[in-house]
Amino acid sequence: MSTLTKEPTPAAAAPARTYPSYSRNLLARLLVNREAAVILGLVAVYLYALGNVPFFDGPLTMYNLSKEYAPILLMALPMTLIIITGEIDLSVASTLGASAAITGVLVVEHDLSVPVAALVAIGVGALLGALNGFFVAYVGLPSLAVTIGSLALYRGLAEGLIQDKRIAGFPEGWQDWPTERIGDSQYPNIVIPIAVLIVLFALLLHFTSFGRGVFEIGLSDEAAHFSGVNVARTKLLLFTLSGAVAALAGVYVALKANSVANDTGNGFELKVIAGVLLGGVSIFGGRGALHGVVAGVLLIAVLNSALQLDGQGSEVIQIIIGLLLVGSVIASNFLPRIRALLPRRAVAPSATTKTPATGDATRKVSQ
Amino acid sequence: MSTATLHPSQESAATRVVQTLLRSRELAIVIVLALILVVATSRRSSFVFSADGWRDTLLAPSILLLLAVGQMVVVVTRNVDLSVGSTLGITAYATGKIFVANPETSVVVVFVAGLAIGAVVGALNGLLVTVFKVPALVITLGTMYVLRGALTHEVGSDRMTAGDYPAHFEKLGTQQVLTIPVLTIIALVVVGLVGYYLHTARGGRELYAIGSDPDAADLYGLPSGRRVFGAFVLCGALAGLAGVFSAARYATAFSGTGSGIELQAVAAVVIGGVAIFGGSGTVWGAAIGAFLLITINRALPILGISEFWQGAVVGALIIGSIVLDRVLSVRRTNKLVEARDHA
Repeated sequence: MSTLTKEPTPAAAAPARTYPSYSRNLLARLLVNREAAVILGLVAVYLYALGNVPFFDGPLTMYNLSKEYAPILLMALPMTLIIITGEIDLSVASTLGASAAITGVLVVEHDLSVPVAALVAIGVGALLGALNGFFVAYVGLPSLAVTIGSLALYRGLAEGLIQDKRIAGFPEGWQDWPTERIGDSQYPNIVIPIAVLIVLFALLLHFTSFGRGVFEIGLSDEAAHFSGVNVARTKLLLFTLSGAVAALAGVYVALKANSVANDTGNGFELKVIAGVLLGGVSIFGGRGALHGVVAGVLLIAVLNSALQLDGQGSEVIQIIIGLLLVGSVIASNFLPRIRALLPRRAVAPSATTKTPATGDATRKVSQ
Repeated sequence: MSTATLHPSQESAATRVVQTLLRSRELAIVIVLALILVVATSRRSSFVFSADGWRDTLLAPSILLLLAVGQMVVVVTRNVDLSVGSTLGITAYATGKIFVANPETSVVVVFVAGLAIGAVVGALNGLLVTVFKVPALVITLGTMYVLRGALTHEVGSDRMTAGDYPAHFEKLGTQQVLTIPVLTIIALVVVGLVGYYLHTARGGRELYAIGSDPDAADLYGLPSGRRVFGAFVLCGALAGLAGVFSAARYATAFSGTGSGIELQAVAAVVIGGVAIFGGSGTVWGAAIGAFLLITINRALPILGISEFWQGAVVGALIIGSIVLDRVLSVRRTNKLVEARDHA
């Protein structure tokens, strides 16, 4: 639909300017889009909270916020790519739980060192993700159905592995690393790997041909296939990445809490998806940007900690996340249709009326 | 298409019914269900052949039966309703509230109240989905969050206990007619009614048409919006009724009642052979899927599998049945293509 990238590619900047994105000047394209709206919202909420919520400007706020929302932000990165291809991965939180369980069992019960256990857990996570990807990409099953199944299956693995025990007592040193502060700053160490991954995923999505393929798949599987994108391999790779990153988040959660239970990370998938959609990614696929998603997750995080400091219970946050989710999807689907009715300069009306088909376009009809 | 591919069947009606039954996806699930029952009973005869075992076998699936039927009607239109767990929690708690206000309230009033509350929630979902044309998955994920949060906000750490529900209501949870629990009878009646409607009525067939190709249904002039809206209202109402059932059966309700059950409902529907793309499947299949899911959960410990592996078994079952459906549908398509080419 509208602005997919900030950089006009040579092909798109060709003389025939009928493509709606290029009917506006550069500044408007940069500033009037969903990502900018989310970033503006984030800044507004942050400034409001700084001024009005007691203790929000304290030294612990950003520390706790980064600590709590690190796994959500991590899992949101590959999820962005998956949703842009028009698929979805509901099993990330269960993969996180399974990985945390594996780390816990290996380290505490089998005396493996933390890095080795973490590598094993991430490897298993990548395998679990690849299994999802195999079913979606090569068997041609709808990702919604497959990952509802694997949500139950992978959570079941965690439950089977650790039963109703609570595994605690990770070795000193490793256990503290992710949550130690960087120097004198307000931020824990986990922020460093997250920043690296954000940059890597942004490069992958916005600056490689693989990333262009991801957008093309989201706009049309078949068109992508005929223009030379390896659709199946791309999807398999994305689900594998999703599993591996969710497993990394699982290792982090285990170390952070210094304990693992069979419900570790339960329900995280909803926060992840809410953050991604809030960040301007279209659930129909084909549209979104990574900086919007980062802002979307941070917006939820800042709202969460502001409300908590304001004395509100977690259920209020739950309500707000739900409303934001519904509101952002309605806005992203409904506003363009209204805008299409308004006059627009230099664009043939037929070029602007492209709206997603009715019904649930997230479930792709497999070829 | 040439007309040659379709002949009126030469076989008698009875033969055709038998053949359809033998080829049906439902039969496969029934066989699995029967196998599990036989094996579990041979290990421990009280699994079915004791007063309690018999009652549990029939009573335990009653709540999921209702949810699965409602979910099936929504799924067949190529949508999904994830908010049923929250709806169930709300009506289970509301039932308690009604009885606390007036312990003499008739059971019928409570049932109607449950259905009505659920229908309102369903109408809200249906409106959002049909008016704004946004994917049901996201909308109902959002309303699931909002409703659960609202319930938690209202209830807090409070909890309805056995003392809050009057005896005549609690008795309903265990009451039996001819050894069949009342709740199960009601659930089966619902299964029958909805199944008959979807199988024969025009409105029901239109739901299938909408699910198999929403655009074609629109072009054909079917009232898609109204039908999908109706499906959501029905799903919500049944989830509301399931909440009343839950209150009657467990005589308790708190802020977490019914959380996570929406996935079981979707699982039952998928296991029952309803395509998650919409457009195919039966209410009977979904009902048997619900029976199978609950019975497996009860049978696992008897089969020597720790109860902690239940989740994994359920997940494997879901994925297994989707793969099976896919294989079957590919084979069916190939057959049709072959039939067309040879015509």
